[in-house]
Amino acid sequence: MTEIRKVGICGAGGTMGAGIAIVAARAGFEVVSYDQRGEALARAVKQTDGFFAKSVERGKMTDGNREAVLTRMSSTTDLEALADCDLVIEAIFENLEVKQELFGNLNNICPEHTIFASNTSTLSITQIASGCGREDKVVGMHFCLPAQLMKLIEMSPGLNTSEEVFNLAWNWTEATGQIPVKTQDKPGFILNALLVPFNNDVIRAVEAGVAEPADIDKAIKVGLGYKMGPLELIDLIGLDTQIRLCESFYPVTHDPRASAPPLLRRKVAAGHLGRKSGRGFFTYDGNTMFGA
Amino acid sequence: MHYTIDLSGESRSFPTGDPFLKSASSNADIAIYLGALFKPDDTKAAILIELGTECLGVHTGENAGEEGSNVLGFSRYRNGDDAPSSLIELVRQPATLASAIEAAQTMFESAGFEVALCSDQAGRIIDRLMRPKYNDALRFLDEGLATAKDMDLTCRMGLGYPDGPIERVERGGLGHHYDVTKSLFEIYGTSAYTPPRRAVVAKQRANLK
Repeated sequence: MTEIRKVGICGAGGTMGAGIAIVAARAGFEVVSYDQRGEALARAVKQTDGFFAKSVERGKMTDGNREAVLTRMSSTTDLEALADCDLVIEAIFENLEVKQELFGNLNNICPEHTIFASNTSTLSITQIASGCGREDKVVGMHFCLPAQLMKLIEMSPGLNTSEEVFNLAWNWTEATGQIPVKTQDKPGFILNALLVPFNNDVIRAVEAGVAEPADIDKAIKVGLGYKMGPLELIDLIGLDTQIRLCESFYPVTHDPRASAPPLLRRKVAAGHLGRKSGRGFFTYDGNTMFGA
Repeated sequence: MHYTIDLSGESRSFPTGDPFLKSASSNADIAIYLGALFKPDDTKAAILIELGTECLGVHTGENAGEEGSNVLGFSRYRNGDDAPSSLIELVRQPATLASAIEAAQTMFESAGFEVALCSDQAGRIIDRLMRPKYNDALRFLDEGLATAKDMDLTCRMGLGYPDGPIERVERGGLGHHYDVTKSLFEIYGTSAYTPPRRAVVAKQRANLK
């Protein structure tokens, strides 16, 4: 197996993909950022420039290092440009068929040794790998948002992933300065398997009149020392995203706690999507937060 | 604001030596019952009953959803035998007097506590929400999803929690977790509250001694 030197990121126009590209380039790897949406990619490139400029301002890197990192990064809307990558990480949206198709296409483009990693947070690595033509070289590599700041990566082998490939991918995450943890290929791995049902429980508690959102958040923050209350977190994640997570989870687990609570659906229907729409379980006006 | 304490046995919220106990006075406007049987008194601004896993209605009785008076329940949140936190879960009923809620909140806040108001439902806020999560984590551990260390690390690093679910529930005591989940299961009857295998084992081992 070849050493990993060049890394491709699919879905690099998104927040997660752009963050992963930063992680890889900052650690000294050559990075090709791919997204079929040219505008999104251009926006991500601009944001990446801004991120590194801030890193220099804050003394986290020298100007010389910034230039070197940016030299290692390129972007493309042509999938063929990933042809000489040793590792390709996909961070496209959570849809099994689309991810399968992407890996199938990449299988025809990339050399035999190239490892495919999926940043999925809920889908099965084994299913994503299924039919791609190199099931033994597909691993789960779930970064936390924002990837350029959060160190944790959930690493999962699929049923057909070779140990050698998994170890190579694991070592690569360590080489980037990230901290990998190993999980089985199960829905939501660790983080979302705990968080998705919990968030739904919290929403159901609001619906059941257990307490006002502000009181629930206060109890969790004061009682358990969490930095952010669960409803504040759901507002940050996005209520529509929480529904999408439920829709990935519930059909696989059939756990009633993983199904989207009626209140969540009503809020999304009303346009209360969380921070991004200015209103979710709380109302946001600039930096001020009011109970809702 | 002054308060009177009627104590019987050891309080989970205010263990022996807690400064809150020392600041009590006699014949005050607020009466706090810690383990002692409460006596209704309409002349009090508020009467506060310390709750364990039971609902406030066990002490006051219920009346077709119209129950409520100057009596409130409360519990100072504590993870098993960890030191009590500064959180007071204050329990109201549908018709609890607003003046009693305000008096209780003001009294606790002036004593340095933070108050979260909730309705009279089993597990209040924290146990209702957190116990199923601990159950999930304990089940995942049994199923081999990841090691306890990695699950805890994931929650600390991925979500910024001060501790992970396994270390927290074990520190609080799996026997205690068994008692709480068993009581919640009796009310809710859903698998989320079923005492998990590790808690059952811990409880059974404790009973052997």
